[in-house]
Amino acid sequence: MSNDEVKSKPRNVGRGPNVAEKPHNFKSAIKKMVFYLKKFLPLIVVSLVLASLSAVLSIIGPNKLSDLTDVITEGIMKGIDFEAVKSISIFLLCLYFTSALFNYIQTLIMTNVANNFAKDLRSRISKKINRLPLKYFDEHSYGDILSRVTNDVDTIGITMHNSLGSLVSAITLFIGSIIMMFVTNWIMAITGILASIIGFVFMSLILSKSQKYFSQRQTELGKLNGHIEEIYSNHNVVKAYNGEKEASEKFDKYNQKVYESNRKSQFLSGMMQPIMGFVGNLSYVAVCVVGSILVMNGDIKFGVIVAFMIYVRLFTNPLSQIAQGMNNLQSTAAAAERVFEFIEEKEMSSEEVIKKRLHKSKVKGNVVFDHVKFGYNSDKIVINDFSCNVKKGQKIAIVGPTGAGKTTMVNLLMKFYEINSGDILIDGESIRELSRENIHDLFIMVLQDTWLFEGSIRDNIKYNKENVTDEEIMDALEVVGVDHFVKSLPKGLDYVLTDNDSISAGQKQLLTIARGMIKDAPFLILDEATSSVDTRTEELVQKAMDKLTEGRTSFIIAHRLSTIKNADLILVMKDGNIIEQGNHKNLMEKNGFYADLYNSQFKK
Amino acid sequence: MFKLFKNFSKKDCGIIIFCIILICFQVWLDLKLPDYMSNITTLLQKGTDVSEILEQGFYMLLCAGGSLASAISVGYFASYLSSSFSRTIRKKIFDKVQSFSMEEIKMFSTSSLITRTTNDVSNMEMIIGMGLQLLIKAPITAIWAICKILDKGWQWSAITGVAVIILLIMVITLMIIVLPRFKIVQKLIDNINGFIRENLKGIRVVRAFNAEGYQEEKFEKGNIKLTNTQLFNQRTMAIMQPVMYLVMNTLTLAIYFVGAHLIEEAAMFDKITIFSNMVVFTSYAMQVIMSFLMLAVIFIMYPRASVSAERINEVLDTDSKILDGDVSEDNYLEGEVEFRNVSFKYPDSSEYILKDISFVARKGETVAFIGSTGSGKSTLINLVPRFYDVTDGEVLINGVNVKNYKLEHLHNKLGYVPQKAVMFNGSIKYNVSYGDSGKNITIDKVKEAIKVAQGKEFVEKMTNGYDSNIAQGGTNVSGGQKQRLAIARAIAKDPEIYIFDDSFSALDYKTDYLLRNELKKYTKDATCLIVAQRIGTIINADKILVLDHGVCVGMGTHKELLKNCNIYKEIAYSQLSKEELENE
Repeated sequence: MSNDEVKSKPRNVGRGPNVAEKPHNFKSAIKKMVFYLKKFLPLIVVSLVLASLSAVLSIIGPNKLSDLTDVITEGIMKGIDFEAVKSISIFLLCLYFTSALFNYIQTLIMTNVANNFAKDLRSRISKKINRLPLKYFDEHSYGDILSRVTNDVDTIGITMHNSLGSLVSAITLFIGSIIMMFVTNWIMAITGILASIIGFVFMSLILSKSQKYFSQRQTELGKLNGHIEEIYSNHNVVKAYNGEKEASEKFDKYNQKVYESNRKSQFLSGMMQPIMGFVGNLSYVAVCVVGSILVMNGDIKFGVIVAFMIYVRLFTNPLSQIAQGMNNLQSTAAAAERVFEFIEEKEMSSEEVIKKRLHKSKVKGNVVFDHVKFGYNSDKIVINDFSCNVKKGQKIAIVGPTGAGKTTMVNLLMKFYEINSGDILIDGESIRELSRENIHDLFIMVLQDTWLFEGSIRDNIKYNKENVTDEEIMDALEVVGVDHFVKSLPKGLDYVLTDNDSISAGQKQLLTIARGMIKDAPFLILDEATSSVDTRTEELVQKAMDKLTEGRTSFIIAHRLSTIKNADLILVMKDGNIIEQGNHKNLMEKNGFYADLYNSQFKK
Repeated sequence: MFKLFKNFSKKDCGIIIFCIILICFQVWLDLKLPDYMSNITTLLQKGTDVSEILEQGFYMLLCAGGSLASAISVGYFASYLSSSFSRTIRKKIFDKVQSFSMEEIKMFSTSSLITRTTNDVSNMEMIIGMGLQLLIKAPITAIWAICKILDKGWQWSAITGVAVIILLIMVITLMIIVLPRFKIVQKLIDNINGFIRENLKGIRVVRAFNAEGYQEEKFEKGNIKLTNTQLFNQRTMAIMQPVMYLVMNTLTLAIYFVGAHLIEEAAMFDKITIFSNMVVFTSYAMQVIMSFLMLAVIFIMYPRASVSAERINEVLDTDSKILDGDVSEDNYLEGEVEFRNVSFKYPDSSEYILKDISFVARKGETVAFIGSTGSGKSTLINLVPRFYDVTDGEVLINGVNVKNYKLEHLHNKLGYVPQKAVMFNGSIKYNVSYGDSGKNITIDKVKEAIKVAQGKEFVEKMTNGYDSNIAQGGTNVSGGQKQRLAIARAIAKDPEIYIFDDSFSALDYKTDYLLRNELKKYTKDATCLIVAQRIGTIINADKILVLDHGVCVGMGTHKELLKNCNIYKEIAYSQLSKEELENE
């Protein structure tokens, strides 16, 4: 339950125009996104139509405002026509209201779509996790999957909600205002557009330059954060080896680099706003001057200038919005690509054709390994032609140094991985003919990394089994010997386990054993505790485990050899291979690896 | 938050004042622009020629250009100030954390310290960068613009005032509704993150119990809650933009509408002035509204930054309880460690972790500590390098209290190997010769140390041998390999005293045995303090201390303890069978 594996990626740290992450294939990412959005498409279309309608309305506005100005100018000399003023005002008011309403409804629809889509994606990921073969998790870090659930899905949700609507309305505004400008007066239109274009060329130059500094800043910040993390978490060694000075020097070096790239990127991105302002001002001035000259020549009325003052604004604003929108769309596509990649990952083989089912209560408990051959990769076989015959109620121990692949056997038995050739038979039935769900039903599994989740002790022990009474739970706790401990906790069974409570590793182990007891199944897989548990608790755990093996065919992954001397069969593994098998006596007589291992623990 | 601003130097303050002047200049220019438009309007109504209009246009361009120039200069200084501020603060925090003892680190927790040094500083940097520009500019613009329009017609000012109030009320109400929920959203995201992590970590258990549906259901519940809260937030915020546009548009319209009436009522000569005022007024009104909105943005950002500032100050205001001593000369009793009636408890706890522990480890002796988890073994040896200081009693090295040594000198005497082997990003050689005291360690020495630590084989198998890079956190070497390198690090230092805090746990029995043998040969003269779980590891120690709940319940050799210490016997029997022990 630790946080260690999720190193927060320095993605999108800070502000300003973030470095747009580029998707590998923009088109296919967008295509896929449309596919997943299928059920939302009608809503999206409605929303986009509303967005452009709202934009069109705001373009008509200035035109009418220009009429209003003209009515007033004309009225300066001969008295204002208040009827006209009133009717134009009412018209405009209605226009503004409708535009705002459309805009609001549009945003509401997009909000709904974006959030439900994000929810959908998250659910898909959550379900997907349980349908992927374990192999996938060997090759991918948790952090990677977690960042897909949160960061990537968030990016998709936020951009959909923010960008799509505004992108459409920006494009509409942009095109609409160009049309309106030309319709109103072509000379003024060209003036306004030219002035803006000059400004934007300038801006894009700066933007392209600042991108470089932004990615540089991210890299430098990443390095600095890495160093900080390393020094902080290794504090004791840094101290004990007098590494502070060196750490400080390194820190200064990184800090200086961050400072430099920071300053540059911030300066450049900070320039955007003033330049935008300047572009606005420039077009404003151009329109004013040219307009005035035209008015003087009697080509246009003064109202046209007023209209253009607004058109210019309507024209320049969307340009930056479009640029920002395209940028966002790119990072969305990149995020979507990662999410879809996960969702479309190959799943475990389908089990729909499987009809056979072994019933828990009727299983005898025999297991046969028949020439089993297996490798995590097809080119690297780790188990070669393994055969053995396990009878009901026998105790099988798997031993070997760390990393020898002891868990491989568990993985095969539980059908977490598929064997390459040969077969494993449970009560004479090939596990190929049985569903994973059925096999899992037949096994109790207790692993050394005690997996408990944040929840009450009761929930952790009964887990997904329904109709478990508190008495049954207390019985199980008593058998493993933690009933007193649980009773002594503040709320007893309702005590909520959290990340950092004071329950020791050994006690956690005992709780997971109790969970196994509640499950009750004919087979047992046990992974013994390692050194993190103190020896006296370990004894308790040992006793509990012994109880659990009673009457069950059990497979035990052993770390200490003294406890498994009475096993019916000992499998000795090294480098992923089963190199010896037999009972304790046989193996000691053989004087091979096992005997060596066994003796080494007493050597002086 | 303002406490942190004290970190600005005199020069920085000068720059800030200069920035304020620049911003005033910029605002003046920005507001001057509409004036020229007003002039043009008046000229047009009266009749004029092209050159006059061009002249006005030229002034307008000058204003726009000047405004741009001063804005860019402000941006330049702001970026300088904010990044040098963050550089200074980051450095201060880093140095502070370096000076912390384990006690303070534990108090904050490592991950929290990391976020404080990185994210919180970034947050501060952001508010300074933006604040310098917005916080100063917005009120100046607002006040200046208001002054300019006040005398142009109170009716218009009143309308603008109403618009500002409507917008502010809206923004503030929305924030009051939404801000607390933003915090909830963060929690809900953590929640579903937790569910996913839980599912991933326990993937074998989940599948073994056929509990996929159970987990998915749990996730779905969190997912729905998150979606609903987010929907509520975003729906509420969706009102903002349309209303903003609506208010701004209506404001322009209202100014014109009222203006029409004013013109009608005015005397003939005033009409043109009022008309041009009207055209210009809309520009000013927009400026006023925009600056108030900007201020609102600052207020939205403020709480986050102030929380960050508080968290930073917490670190900076904490002082390490471990003070440096001044003894740095050596004594003849090389490597003698003595505990005299040592007791220890955490400052805020009432229970003693160690109680009245006394023993002496003479030069060349090996002293081992054994006991169940929580018995205080690790705490005990952490007192030697002064990761913690004793509550009562004394820890002496060569007859001198460790508190009196210069820390650097003290650490130079020690070869400490922690429970969790620690690796730095760098080559194997770098890792083994780590630290100031390791500056003079030659490559041969590194090789020798690694050989003693039983790491020669795997290191030489690596692509670049001793120059092979270790990834951050040592993710590219196994647990056992890390532990051997950590031990090599201690060996390479040639210390007087070795401290092994359960440092053999990731090694299999055979390697453990070989390593201890080699080590014994190599470190004949050095004193060894060993914490262990396995009896086999300490069976040959000169002295074994058995700890139980912080109390020493037995001291002696393996054989002696087997005879007279029940707890030791229990531990021994749980690991080795009776006949094995008797075979001794």
